[in-house]
Amino acid sequence: MGSVIERIKRGHFWTFHGGIHPPEQKFLTTDKPIRAVSIPEQLILPLQQHIGISADLQVNVGDKVLKGQALTKSTHPMAVPIHAPTSGTISAIKNAVIAHPSGLSELCLFITPDGEDKWRERKICTDLAKLTDNDLIDKISSAGISGMGGAGFPTQVKVSTHEKIKFLIINAAECEPYITADDLLIREHSPSILDGINILDSILSPEHILIGIEDNKPEAIKVLQQTTANNEKIQVCVLPTKYPTGGEKQLIQLLTGQEVPAGVLPSSLGIVMQNIATCFAIADAVINDIPLIKRVVTVSGQALQKPQNVWSLLGTPVGYLLEQCGYPNKDKKHIIMGGPMMGYSLPTDQVPVVKTTNCILAPSEKEISSPYSTGTGEVECIRCGQCSDVCPAQLLPQELQWSAKAKDHQQLNKLNLFDCIECGACAYVCPSQIPLVNYYRIAKSEIRQQTQLDIKAEHARVRFEARKERLARDKIAREEKQKAAAEARKARMNSGTTEAKNEMSAVAQALARVKAKKAQTNTQTPSNEETPLANVGQRSQVAAAIARAKAKKLAAQQNMTVEKTTLVDESSNSEQAVVDKKAKIAAAVAKAKARKLAEKTPVKQVNVGDTATDLKVEQVSNTEKTVVDKKTKIAAAVAKAKARKLVDQQAKLAATPSDEITNEPPKSEST
Amino acid sequence: MTTLMAILVLGSMALLFGAILGFASVKFHVEGDPLAEQVDALLPQTQCGQCGYPGCKPYAEAVAIGEAINKCAPGGEDTIKKIADLMGVEPPPLDENHDTDNSPKVAFIIEEDCIGCTKCIQACPVDAILGTTKQMHTIIADECTGCDLCVEPCPVDCIVMIPIAKTPQNWQWDLNNIPVVQLD
Repeated sequence: MGSVIERIKRGHFWTFHGGIHPPEQKFLTTDKPIRAVSIPEQLILPLQQHIGISADLQVNVGDKVLKGQALTKSTHPMAVPIHAPTSGTISAIKNAVIAHPSGLSELCLFITPDGEDKWRERKICTDLAKLTDNDLIDKISSAGISGMGGAGFPTQVKVSTHEKIKFLIINAAECEPYITADDLLIREHSPSILDGINILDSILSPEHILIGIEDNKPEAIKVLQQTTANNEKIQVCVLPTKYPTGGEKQLIQLLTGQEVPAGVLPSSLGIVMQNIATCFAIADAVINDIPLIKRVVTVSGQALQKPQNVWSLLGTPVGYLLEQCGYPNKDKKHIIMGGPMMGYSLPTDQVPVVKTTNCILAPSEKEISSPYSTGTGEVECIRCGQCSDVCPAQLLPQELQWSAKAKDHQQLNKLNLFDCIECGACAYVCPSQIPLVNYYRIAKSEIRQQTQLDIKAEHARVRFEARKERLARDKIAREEKQKAAAEARKARMNSGTTEAKNEMSAVAQALARVKAKKAQTNTQTPSNEETPLANVGQRSQVAAAIARAKAKKLAAQQNMTVEKTTLVDESSNSEQAVVDKKAKIAAAVAKAKARKLAEKTPVKQVNVGDTATDLKVEQVSNTEKTVVDKKTKIAAAVAKAKARKLVDQQAKLAATPSDEITNEPPKSEST
Repeated sequence: MTTLMAILVLGSMALLFGAILGFASVKFHVEGDPLAEQVDALLPQTQCGQCGYPGCKPYAEAVAIGEAINKCAPGGEDTIKKIADLMGVEPPPLDENHDTDNSPKVAFIIEEDCIGCTKCIQACPVDAILGTTKQMHTIIADECTGCDLCVEPCPVDCIVMIPIAKTPQNWQWDLNNIPVVQLD
């Protein structure tokens, strides 16, 4: 531990693997003070401006709000409230395009400022020593402060850690090209920043406080060294300029030599890191009772006439800031939110500034060409290996790229895709201009989605199985209940009381009724018993007829073969024979059908019997007639049955059994 | 003599190995079909029954004993590919009887139309519908697998399947699909 501080005091630091030196371009804005811009006509405040979940809405459309009034209320540590950046009226609460690479819409509050900029009541704290740690954390939490460096992690979660903290690291590296917001903030507001650092010091009580800053900001370094000169605990660490020094893991490695393992929070190593702009916001919140409603934004790029750092109210549309900095309308093509390395192109200039917006870049076409206008210019990977040389996370970018293109999620996990910090160094050095980071981002979101789906599938499987089990359990329970009820009934009937006797006699009566009905049906069947007898006679006759037909067929066939062998000319004759045969077969089939029908419909048995007795080959037409008769009758019966069914169904639907319906079935039976 | 020795030695070796194998088969006995379990893990668990089996597990068991692997409509090509990898066969195209639209959906009950018949509750394979007789029902959206099974039994057609909306949280990077708006 001592050695770390000794090393730092000597100005010796560790190093991280790789890194790049892109053109800094900070000269565009570094020499101009932070400018205050006027209040825009409308402010758009997304409910969620940080990592985590959005807080609960507290206002309605039409409400008048004062500057600094809380618009949402947090009920969860990962939910951060938002505040009105100025006084005015809530004009709408609706979905609008948010600052996100997808260009999708999310719920936003629209505030129409009244121009008065009237504050809510503020309680300015004069004596910090009176406040307990919990008071301080409450103030930070209710001021809606989340990390202002880019990721937007809720600050109160970071500061309410219970780990013993060795190092509090203040990140002022600002390694991305173009961005000078922290640089200017340090130069102009170092006393407030020091207050913020002191507040963090009293909450976390770390052993050492290290301020990491790149050596390309000499003025800011001087100011910091002067401000912290009396404080032994604070060390200003001037680091060599290299991108991405400002990455959390990279800065920790540079200053302490420790590598943060994958999936571990730095706080478990006894390290907490805060952005320097967050320190300023903490001081403002705790001392002046000013919630996080404004921030410094670097508006830069060679397409602008007056690139400058501005104090922007949260919710200010990007287009308004660009206008203020002299953005020529004709050139409105490509706007990047964030730095050139990690930022993303915006789909519209109506996207608002949020808590994490540190830079708005409007590059000229020559500077950074829009990927949409020129295409990515990607060509095949030539396996030069430059990407792995510069990767600060020591990954294998080209391997990752191939696996990402092949959607080989297993291999991607093996290659530690999720340790990629998406710094863009690999894409910057790639001679084939492969947008490597984009492939990683796609793969990451796919893997996350897949993981979510897997969790959901597992959940569904558990629920499905639980349901199956429950149904089986219910079934068994029902069966047991029925069994028990039956047994109870039996026991009751055998108990010998008068009630049981009544019940028994009722059962006996019912049984008797059933028996009587059976007997009736039995007596009815004998009346039909003549038909089987008739059937027997009829069958023998039919069999005889079939035998005759067969014999004739055989004869005809024999004739045919004989004729064929003897005379070719007599083919007409044989044809005739064939026609005859066909007619006979048809007659036989008709007869068979008739018989079948006769068997099926005992009602018209006598008739069938008649026809059966007269069955001769020539009487085909006759049988056909009876068949037709029968068919019509059957059809009529079917229709009746259908009608009855329909009536039944209607009755069921109506759930009101009427007399008509109960009368219907016997009617149809009688027919 | 040597013949006898040979028979004795080989016979005792056979006995020994037989005993080892017998012991191993008892000791390392596997309950159930491990292949069915593995296939089940790959299926999307929507329990929709579109494959003709009453749930994902029964289909997985059927696949393990030789059923076609291309019958899972919600899983689509991805699931077929995974099962094909597992089984070591060529991935066949999705069964043509199934529609290829396997975009995630969630059921929604139009509550003013619901008559409280509980038919959908009985149909839901994952108990994602809340309600009771003659009371309005509603879907627990987080539990719904989008299987479609509740739509058919509803006598008043008050259940609709809504595609899950894209939000910044579930949004997937797509280089070719990032909306580009001209800014003037």
